[in-house]
Amino acid sequence: MSTDNRPLSPHLQVYRLPFTAITSISHRISGVLLAGGALVLVYWVVATAAGPQSYATASAILGSLPVQVLLFLWTFVLFYHLCNGIRHLFWDAGYGFELQTAERSGQAVIAGAAVLTLLAWLIALV
Amino acid sequence: MEFRSPIKEARGLGASHHGTSHWWAQRVTAIGMVPLMLWLVVGLAANAGGTHADAVAWLGHPVNAVIMVVLFGVLFYHASLGLQVVLEDYVSHKGVRLGIVLGVRFLALLLATTAIFAVLTIALGG
Repeated sequence: MSTDNRPLSPHLQVYRLPFTAITSISHRISGVLLAGGALVLVYWVVATAAGPQSYATASAILGSLPVQVLLFLWTFVLFYHLCNGIRHLFWDAGYGFELQTAERSGQAVIAGAAVLTLLAWLIALV
Repeated sequence: MEFRSPIKEARGLGASHHGTSHWWAQRVTAIGMVPLMLWLVVGLAANAGGTHADAVAWLGHPVNAVIMVVLFGVLFYHASLGLQVVLEDYVSHKGVRLGIVLGVRFLALLLATTAIFAVLTIALGG
């Protein structure tokens, strides 16, 4: 049996990923990043349990500008994964596969994640 | 002479009758994570920059402590299921893959237990 003429999957280095493919791989990347971010949450809870001194250290680290920027990005990554996860659940149930619907829902996910991120930081900073 | 039936040979080598359980558990935890994460972000945002006493009061409240314990269980279960899929896609060496997947599982269990222990220490006035 000849295997030469079989269609190949797109070569990633020369293939311009469509928007829906970018949201797809971003879901996976964001999930991995969030697993890393969970470590920070564990650290904060453990530091709180350990007493005022370790809590003060944790607050100083988490409150520093570079970490605040990271936390802001982390919030967006979280809400992206959350919104896109809901999009995936709709697909799992068999809805929203039409190309135009998939593209619109992808745009809605990014917009929704941005709004939720700003809302969360509004609560934090006010 | 082979005495074992074909079904006996195949059993345990594949998905036999539990092929969807990983997929389903991923979805169930995903649905659970939606309200849990919204609650977490609002809670963290509202408590951002607070004193140690504030954080202890928030985490130590019975309702919050219970939600936090559930949250850490669901979070690390969901994360280990997700990371397993990623590893299974990209790590081709069978032995290495099994090692990392097991490592992720054990680490997730350890982190979840640590975080839950910390929450209980706060809630029960340790």
